[in-house]
Amino acid sequence: MRKYVPKDNVQKKAYYTDRFHVVPSVPTQDVSTDEIFAKQLDILSSKVEIKSAYIQIGQMRVEINHQDNYRAIEILKNECGYEMLSEMSAVDYLAKDGTFEIFYQLLNLKERKRVRVVCRIEQGLAIESVVPLYKSANFSEREMFDMFGIVVNNHPFLKRILMPDDWEGHPLLKTYPLQGDEFASWYEVDKIFGKDAREVIGPENRDPARIDRYDTKRFSRVGREVPFGADISGGEPETPIEYSSTLLVDYNASQTQLKNRK
Amino acid sequence: MAQHQVNYASAGGLPIALTTIDHLVNWGRSNSLWPLTYGLACCAIEMMATGASRYDFDRFGTIFRASPRQADVMILAGTLSKKHAEFARRLYDQMTEPKWVISMGSCANTGGMFNTYATVQGVDRIVPVDIYLPGCAPRPETLQYALMMLQKKIRRESANMNKNKKQNLRLI
Repeated sequence: MRKYVPKDNVQKKAYYTDRFHVVPSVPTQDVSTDEIFAKQLDILSSKVEIKSAYIQIGQMRVEINHQDNYRAIEILKNECGYEMLSEMSAVDYLAKDGTFEIFYQLLNLKERKRVRVVCRIEQGLAIESVVPLYKSANFSEREMFDMFGIVVNNHPFLKRILMPDDWEGHPLLKTYPLQGDEFASWYEVDKIFGKDAREVIGPENRDPARIDRYDTKRFSRVGREVPFGADISGGEPETPIEYSSTLLVDYNASQTQLKNRK
Repeated sequence: MAQHQVNYASAGGLPIALTTIDHLVNWGRSNSLWPLTYGLACCAIEMMATGASRYDFDRFGTIFRASPRQADVMILAGTLSKKHAEFARRLYDQMTEPKWVISMGSCANTGGMFNTYATVQGVDRIVPVDIYLPGCAPRPETLQYALMMLQKKIRRESANMNKNKKQNLRLI
């Protein structure tokens, strides 16, 4: 006989769980397994505090304090031969523990080694710029500021890079709604025509499949012209448009979602 | 080669064509639609192909102009981002009357697949659109057809643009 499972609160459980599913994980190795990395980590750990370090997929990941980021990257560049900053940005872990993870992906061209320097920074704190070390950090740090609102100290030209200068909010935050907040949804209307035009133009239509085929005010019918606003429905009853809840935008939902997750 | 001889008196015709001002003006307007060289995204590649020799937009008297002051048609070809919306509107404002707008492709029509915070959800939020051209991206034939539809529309309009505003044949 099948084992009895209490049926109350069944909605809260996952519909289906695979008994044989193994959560994928990437194996990590100790830094001592790689000669070059071990030597570089020795140089680094003698000067800055290392919170954790391991090798994953042939790359070393070093976690440091966010105050040491410039010093650590300077050592890696000048003493360990990491001449290239191939990528840097941040990851939003605000809902998890109230911090951003900032990562610097460095490349050593001579020894063909890559290292990822990672540090955690709380919201509201600023990070030191690494532009004096790597020119490529200039745009990356601007993008990080634009997308997450992380201020970078001593950056030569810290302003938004992708979004307009007068934009409100930082779009890559997990709390930022994908379809934009109220400011974003009226941005072009407010900027071009002013706020008074909001009523005339109306809210954004987020359903691209929506067509009002009897609309004679906004569409002209080439070859079959009708007077402005004429009724061409031919007595057909109007079918109300129903939306799924995923299409509707709740501008206040994001904050509550964050609170729930916390 | 046979000598072409016209005997006006015997052929029952005179070298006169009767028409209306509307027809004459619209004939001129619809057969010299000069679009603005203005591409926003991948639709612009199709627009360029339409202008090139294989599809040959010039047959319709359609020659791309690099200045909004000389252009009659704005083909909004591609995704219009919210950052760029004010410049698209400024270019539209700089065009001289009469002017028409073709919204080319899904992104320009409705925002398309970019249902996000940074994309204008349909260029009709910032400029009045005459022809909505579906497709992602529309092939050059489709753009040609849209242009022919626009010509057809212009020929049905009154040459007096103010009258069109009243009748709302064009969305101003």
